[in-house]
Amino acid sequence: MASGKEIRSKIKSVQNTQKITRAMEMVAASKMRKAQDRMSATRPYAENIRRVIGHLAMAHPEYTHSYMREREVKRVGIIVISTDRGLCGGLNTNLFKAGLGVMREWKDKGIDVDVCSIGSKGLGFFKRVGGKIVAEVSGLGDAPRLEELLGSVKVMLDAYDNGEIDRLFVVYNQFVNTMTQKPTVEQLLPIKAANETKDLAYHWDYIYEPDAQEVLGQLLMRYVESLVYQGAVENIACEQAARMVAMKAASDNAGGLIGELKLAYNKARQASITQELSEIVAGAAAV
Amino acid sequence: MAMTMHVNIVSAEAEIFSGTVTQVFAPALMGEVGIYPRHTQMLTQLKPGEVRVVKENGDEDFFFVSGGMLEVQPHMVTVLSDTAVRAKDLDEAKAVEAKNRAEQALKDRKSDMDYARAEAELADAIARLQAIQRMRRKFGGTRS
Repeated sequence: MASGKEIRSKIKSVQNTQKITRAMEMVAASKMRKAQDRMSATRPYAENIRRVIGHLAMAHPEYTHSYMREREVKRVGIIVISTDRGLCGGLNTNLFKAGLGVMREWKDKGIDVDVCSIGSKGLGFFKRVGGKIVAEVSGLGDAPRLEELLGSVKVMLDAYDNGEIDRLFVVYNQFVNTMTQKPTVEQLLPIKAANETKDLAYHWDYIYEPDAQEVLGQLLMRYVESLVYQGAVENIACEQAARMVAMKAASDNAGGLIGELKLAYNKARQASITQELSEIVAGAAAV
Repeated sequence: MAMTMHVNIVSAEAEIFSGTVTQVFAPALMGEVGIYPRHTQMLTQLKPGEVRVVKENGDEDFFFVSGGMLEVQPHMVTVLSDTAVRAKDLDEAKAVEAKNRAEQALKDRKSDMDYARAEAELADAIARLQAIQRMRRKFGGTRS
C-alpha cells in the first residue's frame, strides 16, 4: 500500500485539478448565457430574410436566380462549423460523424466533396483524414462577427457560381437545450422554397431596383451568409453548454476520487498506528 | 386614424427596430425612397445612410445602416441592414485570404479523403466517451 505521504500528494493534485475544472465550469456557464442571448439576437434577421425569400418564391419573377434552380450534382460543398477549443465532451466528434455520414453518401455515388471549415477542430480533423479543404477560418472567439465569416462563405458561393459545386450544405450543432446539442445538416444551396401558400397567391411581382438579377443575387447571398452566421453563433452556445456539462462531470469525478483517496489515506494512517502500538506492546512484553 | 404599416429593421447580429409606423424613408441605391402604407411590392438594395421612420404619434426615429436590402409589402416593410462594411474588393480579399489559409493548412495533406481512417478515429473517440460515461455512472452509484 502507498505510504501516507504519497496519497496526500495525490489528493493535493486531484484537488488542484478539481479547482480548475470547477472554474472552467463556471466560466462556461456564464459564457453560455451570453451566447444564448446572442443566438436569440440573430434570429429576427434570419426570420425576416426567410420571409422575404418566401415571398419571393411566391411571386412570379421573370428571372430565376441560379441559387434557386436545382441542377445535376457533380460535386458538393460542405461547410463544417466546429469549435476552436476542446474539452467539450463529444460535441465535435458527434458533429464530424454527422458530416462524415453526408460525405460518405455522396462519395458512394461517386461525387467528390469540398470542405470549408469554420473552427480549428474541424480543420484539424479533416486535415488528418485528408479531406479537400478549400477554405478555412478559425479563432472566431466567443462573439463571432459576420465579417469574419464572409470570406470563407464567399469561396463556397463563388464555387457554386462557377459550377465547381452544385450543392452546398452546412453542418453545425443545433442548440436544443443545455444538455442536448443536435448535430444538424442543412442544405443551403439550391435554396428550397418554403411552401407557404397564403393569401398572396395571386399574380404579382416585385419592383426590382436596380434590376432583378442584381437584387436577387445580393439578397440570396445575404440569406446564405446569415444562415452560416446563425450556425456559427448557435455552435458557440452549444460549445459552452457542452463544456459546462463536461466540466461538471469532471469536478464530480474528482470529488469521488478524492473521497476514495482519503479513505485509503486514513486506512494507511490507522494501519501504521496499529502497527506502532503492537510493536510497543510486544516490546514491553519482552522486557 | 392614419394608415399604418409594420416595419422591421434587423441586422444579422441584432434586431434594431420593430413597430408600427406611418412613413418610412430609406436610402435606396437609386436614390432616397419614401414609403407610405399600401406601397406596391418592391425589393431594392440600400446604400449606407439613414433610415427614418415616422411613428403613429408623429415622432421620428433615425437609424444608420451601412447598406443592406429593403423589402416592401403593402402593409409591411423589412429593412435587412448590413453590419459589415461591404465592398466587392473587400469581400474578394477576404475570400482569397480564407483560401490561402486552407492551402497553408493543407500543405502536408494526403491525396485523398481517407474515410476508413476518419471513421475509425471517430469510432475510437466515441467509444472512449461512452466508456467514460459508463464509468461515471458506475462510479456515481457506488459513492455515498
